[in-house]
This record gives sequence, C-alpha cells and structure tokens, in this order.
Amino acid sequence: MLLLHCPWCGPRDEPEFVCGGQSHMVRPEPWHAVDEATWGHYLFTRDNPKGVHLERWHHAHGCRQWFNVARHTVTHEILAIYRMDEPVPNAVAGARA
Amino acid sequence: MSAGRLYSGGRIDREQPLAFSFDGRDYIGYAGDTLASALLANDVRVVGRSFKYHRPRGLLAAGVEEPNALMQVGEGAASEANLRATEVELYAGLTARAVNCWPSARFDVGAVLRPLERFLTAGFYYKTFMWPDWHLFERYIRKAAGLGRPSTEADTSRYETRYAHCDVLIVGSGPAGLAAAVAAAADGQRVILCEQDPQLGGRLRWDPCVVNGQSLDGATAAAWIDAQVAALAAAGDAIVATRTTAVGYFDHNAVTLVERVTDHLGPQAPAHLPRQRLWQVRAGKVVLASGAIERPLVFPGNDRPGVMLATAVRRYLHEFAVRAGERLVVFTNNDDAYATAHAFQAAGGAVVAVIDSRAAPTATVLQAARAAGFAVVTGAVVCGTSGRPVLSSLRVRDAAGNTTFFNCDVLAMSGGHSPTVHLFSQSGGRLVWDDTRLQFRPGDSVQAEVSIGDAASVDTPVAALWNVEGRGKAFVDFQHDVSATDIALAARESFRSVEHLKRYTTLGMAPDQGKTSNVNALVRMGELTGRMPGDVGTTRYRFPFTPVSVGAIGGRQRGELFRPLRRMPLHDWHATHGAVLEEYGGWMRPAYYLQPGEHPHAAEQREALAVRTAAGLFDGSPLGKIEVSGPDAAVFLDRFYANTVSTLAIGRLRYGLMLNELGVIIDDGVVARLADDRFLVATTTGGAARIAGLMEEWLQCEWTTFRVLVAPLTTSIAVITLTGPKARSLLQTVGVDFPVGATEFPHMSFREGHVGGIPALVCRVSFTGEVSYEINVANSAVRGLWERFMAVGAADGLMPVGIEAWMLLRTEKGYLHIGADTDGTTAPQDIGWGHVLKREVDFIGRRSLTRTANLATDRYQLVGLEPVDGAELRPGRHLRGDAVTSGSEGYITSGIYSAALGRWVGMAMVRGGYARSGEVLNGVSGSSTFKARIAPLCSYDPAGDRLRG
Repeated sequence: MLLLHCPWCGPRDEPEFVCGGQSHMVRPEPWHAVDEATWGHYLFTRDNPKGVHLERWHHAHGCRQWFNVARHTVTHEILAIYRMDEPVPNAVAGARA
Repeated sequence: MSAGRLYSGGRIDREQPLAFSFDGRDYIGYAGDTLASALLANDVRVVGRSFKYHRPRGLLAAGVEEPNALMQVGEGAASEANLRATEVELYAGLTARAVNCWPSARFDVGAVLRPLERFLTAGFYYKTFMWPDWHLFERYIRKAAGLGRPSTEADTSRYETRYAHCDVLIVGSGPAGLAAAVAAAADGQRVILCEQDPQLGGRLRWDPCVVNGQSLDGATAAAWIDAQVAALAAAGDAIVATRTTAVGYFDHNAVTLVERVTDHLGPQAPAHLPRQRLWQVRAGKVVLASGAIERPLVFPGNDRPGVMLATAVRRYLHEFAVRAGERLVVFTNNDDAYATAHAFQAAGGAVVAVIDSRAAPTATVLQAARAAGFAVVTGAVVCGTSGRPVLSSLRVRDAAGNTTFFNCDVLAMSGGHSPTVHLFSQSGGRLVWDDTRLQFRPGDSVQAEVSIGDAASVDTPVAALWNVEGRGKAFVDFQHDVSATDIALAARESFRSVEHLKRYTTLGMAPDQGKTSNVNALVRMGELTGRMPGDVGTTRYRFPFTPVSVGAIGGRQRGELFRPLRRMPLHDWHATHGAVLEEYGGWMRPAYYLQPGEHPHAAEQREALAVRTAAGLFDGSPLGKIEVSGPDAAVFLDRFYANTVSTLAIGRLRYGLMLNELGVIIDDGVVARLADDRFLVATTTGGAARIAGLMEEWLQCEWTTFRVLVAPLTTSIAVITLTGPKARSLLQTVGVDFPVGATEFPHMSFREGHVGGIPALVCRVSFTGEVSYEINVANSAVRGLWERFMAVGAADGLMPVGIEAWMLLRTEKGYLHIGADTDGTTAPQDIGWGHVLKREVDFIGRRSLTRTANLATDRYQLVGLEPVDGAELRPGRHLRGDAVTSGSEGYITSGIYSAALGRWVGMAMVRGGYARSGEVLNGVSGSSTFKARIAPLCSYDPAGDRLRG
C-alpha cells in the first residue's frame, strides 16, 4: 500500500487516491487537423516502462485535487510528486533518460 | 511410557482447570495452556493425519510453525478450520477435532490409502490423471483433498479494523524486540510493539538467554521482562499489542497486524469486544525481531509421533510444565539441542542418548553432557524409527556404519535454526545464504527496516546434515507430505528452478507456507543439482505469515455495510405508504407503491395511467445536480457537452449529452442557466458523482486556464416531480408565487420562487410527456411539501409514482435511458444526434465522431418498435430482418406493456436501423418467434401537444 504525499493534504494512504494513468498526455488539437493515427495513439497508446513512470493521481477521498507522481514501477519508489501545472522535475527526467 | 504434566513449574495456573474435548473425548487442561500443550499433558500423542498419505502425526513444534496439529475448533457458526493447536489458547468448553481424518486422528479410515504411498509421489496428479481427461477425476480428487471444513452458517462474530501510525514498529517481543522497544521509546519515538503470543518475552519465557551480557533464566528473566514493560509504560504512548501477529509487510512500510482479541475466551467472550481486529500500521521504521524457527532433520521415519523439535520439547517443559515423554533421545547437528537433554533430565525424564552428527562437538558442551551421564554418540545419525503409532525405538548408524537400537518415546531433533525472514522477504528484500552459519538471512534492506536478534542471524554453529539415507520416507514438508525422495525425483526430472520445484512437489504450499521445510528443501535441491543454496535461491515469501480469517479482512464491511445504500429524504414516507424499495444506482427508491392485494405489475400500470389521466408525484431526489460557475463556465460546458450550451438564455433549460474521448455517450441531463456565469447541470442518478469528478479532471488536468468552479449539490437538494394533465392546477392549489400559464412558464424553462411558501427552483421539463414540474427544495423542507401535494391532490386522483411506472412513461415517449438504451459503443449519431457533427467546437470526443468506424452506416442505431400481432417486446430479445437467416441484427433495449396504448411499446438497437423504417423484423424468444415493426421512437403524443400544454 503506497504512501502518497498529496501536495495539499500531506502523506495519505493509497486507498484515498485514484490513479488516472499516464500523465503529460498531450491532447491533439484542433480536432479537424488531427489524423486518425494520431488520434488513435492519443486514445489507446500508453507507456508501460519497467522503471520510472509519470502518472497522474487524484485525491478522490480527500481534497479532490489531481497531481503528478513519478513512480518506479518495480520498487514503487516515489521519485517526485508535483502539481499538474509544473514540468517534470529535472531529477526525474534524468532518472528516466 | 507416557507424556504428562509435571507437579510444579511452568506458566500455567493449576488453580484453574479447564475442561475441553478433542475428537469427541473429554480432557482437562489449565489456564495458560495451549490446546497443544493440554493435549500433550493428557498424553494425546496422535493429533492429526498427514495431508496426502493419512499418516498419524504428533506435535512437531510448540509455536506458529507447527505443521501437523491442524484443528477444527468450535461448533456451528463459530467453527473455524485449520487452526494450529499450538496457537489455540485453551478455554473452558473448547471443542476441537483433527482435520483431514475420520472419525478421529487416532483411527482414521482414510489411512487405507497408506499402502498406495509409494505411488503417490511428486507430480502424481500430472502423470496419472492425464488420460482421458483430468476433469473426469477432478471431483473425486477435490473431495479427498483439503483439510478442515468452513462452517456452513454465517459467521456471527464481529471484526474491527484499526489504522495506526508510529515512528517504530517492532515485530516480536523476545529479548531483542523488547530491548529495541524500550530504547526507541526512551529516545522519544512513538512505538508499537506487537507480539503473537499472549505474553511478552518470546524465547525468554522458556529458554535462558543472554541479554546485554547478562544471563537470564527463570525468575531473573521474568523480572527483566517486567522491568522492560514498566519502562515502556513509563514512556507514555508506546502501544503494546499481544496476541497480535504481523502477517503482511507491504509497500512504504505498511504492515498488517491481526489481533486475536477474544479468540482465547471462546463462547465466554464479552459481547462488546470484537473477535479479531485487523491493524493497518504505517511505520517510519520497522524492526523485525521475529526470532528464528528450528529446522527438523531429514531422516527416515522423522514424522513418527514422538519425534519433535528440540526447542519445542524445552518449551513444553518450561512454559507449560509438560514433559513430552519419559525416555528421550536427542539427535542434533549443533550445541543448542543439548539444553533439551539437560532440561528433560532435570524434569525427571531419562535421557537415553544424544546422537550428534558431528565427529567433534564443542568440548565444553560434550563435557557437560557426559558429566550429566548422557550417552553421547558422535559422528552418528538416526536412520530409522519404529513404533505404532508412537515412537518406541530408533536405529542409529555410527561413523563406522554400525547400527544400534535405542528404546525411547521422544526424539528431540535439531537441524539448527533459520532466521524468521518471512516479513523481510515480503518487504521486497533478497535473502542471502550464509555458508558459515548455514542459514538464509536477510540481505540488504529495501525499505526502512532492520532485522535484529535471531531474525538477523543465528550464531550457534551448525554442521551440515541435510539428508540421512535409509529405508522409509524422510519428510521435508510435513504438512504437505513432501519427502526427500520427492525432491530427488524432481531433480531427476530436471526441475531446477526453485519455483518449479515448489509447484511440482507442492513443497511449502500448505497453510504453514513451509516454515519448517523450505530451507531443508532448498539446500537438498542444491546438493542434488550441484549448486550452492544461495544459487538455488528461495521462493519469495508472501502475505500472510500465518493464515488470516476472511472475517478479519472484511471487518465491518459486510452485510448491509458491504456497499451501503443511500436513502432519500422522503424514505420514511415511502416506506410507510406501500412503497416497495429497491436499489437503483446505489439509492433505495420506490419501485412502485402497492395497494392492499395488488400485484406489482398492476401497481405500475395504475400509477402510469394516473399520470396520463390525472397527476403523479415522483421522488427524483437522487437526480445528479452540479452547479458550474465562473467566467469561463459557458465555454467550459460547450466543450464538456456534445451540444452547445453557451447560447442558452438565462431562465431556460436545455437537454444535453456527454461523451467520453472515444465519442461514446456516457451521460445525459438538462442544463439550467441561472445567470451569465452560473449553470445548474443535471446528470443521471448513477452519473452524479462520476460527472462531477470528470469535470474536475478536465479542469485540473487539461483546460487548466479556465476559471470555473464545480460544486456537486446532489445530496443537498431534494426534487419532487409533479406531472400529468392536472399538474398545473395542483401547483396553483398548493400555491406558487409566479405565473405558471403555458405561455408564461413554457416547456424547457425554469423559475425561482416559492411553492407552498417554500423557496424552490421549479423546472418545467418532462420525462413523462405530460406537463411536468421538477420542484427543487431543501432536503429539510421536502417532507412537508410532498404531504401537502398528496393532501390536496387526493381528490383529483394524484398518486405517488415509482420507478417502474416512470420507465413505462418514458418508453411510451421514446426518451432514452443511458445505460439501458445505450452501451459502451453508442455514439450520438446512433441515437439520432448526428447534428452535433456540425459543431466546430472541440468538445470531448469530437474527433472520435469522425473516425471511419463511427461513420459506418451499419452501426447499431436506436429505433422505436411496435408489435405485430400482439407480440411482447421484452428487453434483451434479439431481432433480424427477412434478409438474414442466422445471427442477430439487433436487440430490444426497452420494452414494456402500455395501458395507455393498449399494446407493448419498445425501443431497439438495430443495425442500420434509420434506413429501415417500417421494416418488419423477426424476433426470437427462446424457442418461439415474434414479429415487430420499426417505428418512430415516440409512441405517445408524437406532436407533443400534451407536453407543451
């Protein structure tokens, strides 16, 4: 059971949260300029790394805020937690390279 | 020769005798006994039958690692299976039965299988039941397999869950754990100390230990334990939990404990206490002081009742004052077991011999043994046992190969100790093989954790002795009947991976999870395949350390609380006025209101007719209500809905569809524009929480610059819907402070004001096709308003209306119901909403609507259906046109008998349905067929005169 540090509420147990999957997905826009392959990729293709995964989590049973988590998929180590409007922290970007 | 109780000593209370029964016979034990110690004190030597071969088995151990004494304890609803007798505390009236045998452990009919033993080897299933088909044999084998039986009655016990946080969690209260707890508490840390036994002290309670250079034994040990407990109490907030086992070690130092609160009291347990309590602990640091578990020696006949672990014999002596027999032989590869011989002699037993596999045991230990008069045979092994069923003699082979026989009734064996590494392994850490001390011990920590004391490493030197050859089965895993020959067979058949070995032989897969067997098996596998144990590796230990009852995991979340259902503000009124309350979308709602003697179907038809001819009152309180406000609210809703919202005038309502990014319809509802920058959005009942959540997700993650607030209001506003030709006059009778004429207050508009003097927001929107008023009021005011309507409307034929009639009314009108008429593939153009394709706005799912698949003409499309020749249009029935002779072209999504029309009305999803208007389809219902014609969706008042009237 993960211990996640909500940026607004502090450390809380995993059951309070919902994982919303891969973060930093860029929605292709405008719709009439998006070809079918690009749209299909946005809808269905996701990373599945053995290593650091950037994902967004929702404090569903708390402040109801979304935030980003950099989690190692093997060790479950949480490398960083940052707000939706913040870029990927440099340390995490380095670990992923 | 017999086992029995000593006249003095032990930690039992001889003033408190307790009567209990085992396999139908009555015995007496004492307070402080375990079921195991009480059975041994009563000279019950056969306590179970082995899993596969039904061999008689006695107690091997005295603690959680016991593989043989599995018990069915208690009667009726309280009966629990597969409890280890060594962990069951004795209480007055306890009833126990050995599992896996009938009628008793001593006389077991299943033992007729014993002559087949040599055929029932590893992989026996896979090799034997291949032809012609495993399933032919399966039901017989399943019947023969298995241990205890779960009670067929519902468990009446109560279970609780507790969440706890601490700086340091210490698992185990032996000398190492207690000292660590006191040190941490003195350092100002918040401490939780858990101990699986009823008392603190661990091994100190029955064995001399050296703590901080001080040798403690008996009274001095008790005094030391008391001093530590006092020091912990003085520290203030340290939590000490006994009868509490750490069963699971999960990510980020989450540790699960199971506290057996009243199990030791049996039926006398006070009602206010739960039976067990599951703790979810989050610890800053975890200290594993879980001690060590002694390994059996693997030699032929090592499972005969009377063959026990050396420490177990000592523990029964010192803790329970039970001597396991009269004549003892010790068989060991280390110094530790000599203490058992001395203790046994001091308790009045005869020590027949000490068989030491080492040629040269430690000199001081050897001297002490000889001084005590023990016959020590060095460089020798026990290579066979006999006795029916209990051990009476054994055969010893010395270094020269000569064999000697010894008569004895107890054999205390010791193959050395293995650190109890289960929780460390669960924490994700790898075990390392210590080639000097011959043990797997914890390697590097991967979580904030440390192993201390014997759990980190056992220092007693051990000489390698992993297998003694000889005639007869030498057991490795007692609980699953895996012998040394099974492991050899697996090795011969080229199984090399430890994971394969485990599954092929079922080693370590029994409820004891291989506590006494794993290391012996892995090392033996290494010997047979020419590898070091560290290279063979270990399987990863898994949750739980000891079996956990499902009740403890469920806690309070069972029965009505498993998935609590919500009640509406008018629940009590409905319940006292004939409503049959059923679950719809997590809410308890009236399905219909039964009059005396009335059939549900008749009630549904009566209520629907009342709406068509007079008026009905419907409780729509669970309807989803979300207030969306802010400068960008209109722009946001334009993107959130498939249709345009921003053009809506203040005071008006608009029906809208919500899609996901796949272009699939996920919800619908009516939007009210309260102000330029303020909307009240209605959703389906089931979608209320989900849609509010989705709005937040899009605002927080995608359209982050929008200035919009989302406020879910569903449960703070009650809604009653007044509908029918007499609705307007009833509204006026109750009293309303704004004009309600057809032109002043038209369809699809709302007004804010008072109804019956109560502040209300009234929406003129209809799900029935009649003039309808959805009256939104505060929860606290709804009961009074509802009762006023019922009082003034009775003379006009006003009736309360349930969900079933509501669904009939909307089906007559062809209004779709999300989730019933649509599914996970339905796009707007499939329900006649192709016009949204004209929108330029990039709303959610917009791009998906023009995917090739979405533009196909043979998609399932929603059409109306009318019966041909009185057919019954029941939902789920499949349809196809004359051109198709097999398979399905669609199915009925909604269908119901309409009293107003005197026929069935229906809606269906049909392939390419829009182009097939008027076509007669063939329907199938079981073995019979029917015909139905594709028709307009709306069957009742298609012009909408009544709706707008």
